[in-house]
Amino acid sequence: MTVLTDAVAPGAQAPVFYVADEHEHPEGSSTYLGFWIYVMSDCLIFACLFATFGVLGGNYAAGPAPKDVFELPIVAVNTAMLLLSSITYGFAMLAMDKNKVGATLGWLVVTALFGAAFVGIEMHEFAGLIHEGATPQRSAFLSSFFTLVGTHGLHVTSGLVWMVVLMVQVATKGLIQANKRRLVCLSMFWHFLDVVWIGVFTFVYLLGMLR
Amino acid sequence: MSLDAHALDESDHGHHDDGPPHGTLQSYLTGFGLSVVLTAIPFWLIMSGVIANKAVAAITVMAFAFVQIIVHVIYFLHVDFKSERGWTIMAFIFTVVILFITLSGSLWVMYHLTSNMAPTSAVMRQMP
Repeated sequence: MTVLTDAVAPGAQAPVFYVADEHEHPEGSSTYLGFWIYVMSDCLIFACLFATFGVLGGNYAAGPAPKDVFELPIVAVNTAMLLLSSITYGFAMLAMDKNKVGATLGWLVVTALFGAAFVGIEMHEFAGLIHEGATPQRSAFLSSFFTLVGTHGLHVTSGLVWMVVLMVQVATKGLIQANKRRLVCLSMFWHFLDVVWIGVFTFVYLLGMLR
Repeated sequence: MSLDAHALDESDHGHHDDGPPHGTLQSYLTGFGLSVVLTAIPFWLIMSGVIANKAVAAITVMAFAFVQIIVHVIYFLHVDFKSERGWTIMAFIFTVVILFITLSGSLWVMYHLTSNMAPTSAVMRQMP
């Protein structure tokens, strides 16, 4: 025991090998990392759906192939909608940083409109496919296609619901710390959905046309 | 050494509420510009059918997607080595590894399963 104490130079602070007191965690300080981990786990859901589509995407069961049912111009417009909504959400975040409530709300409305246009066009595409008889029950290719693209569309729809709720929150309570935190989380979610869409238009639509 | 790290911890604490790094107008516009180019080129490649060889076209389109995903992650999702003291990028790298294993593993196993299966009627029709 004495040997150990002698090892510490006189006057030097005794080393502490544990945290004496639980230090303070400000409210919401761990929200961003927690939400990021949620987004990453969501990413794994899409990984499974992409893997399913990759395995089943060539099984047409004598039904329609991607070439017969996909219309690339519509997909290109859809991609543009989602990409535009990403940049307008970025502008909303910049307005939020400057504490401009009006500008933040304005950009959120624009983002929501682009997002709604995306969902609308996708619904139109799905309706057209089902009308032609290319229903999810038709073949393994169509089952995995509707599951993958439908799950993404469902995510965008829930993002839209969240966005409307946040617009009401910001309009009534202003850009308080909690609302800013929520807007940052939604921005992660929204940009993540755009990243997933890159995978969808590349692997499902563009590569589908090559099959 | 451990004391230094702890001291850094404490001084860093006040910045917690800033959250993840935000982009600037410049970085958002750069990301958007790059994304537009990286989206338009593969669409044009497939719609015009410039590349006759399907394998080359597929690899080119996938390369564009790969680059665009990185552009989005850097300019829109702002993943860097600093945010949350590196935990953001650690979670991201972990996810990418799992993603790679899931996708390549599924495709690899299922491809071999299909090619080792008993010949289907379509194959048998071509048999002598």
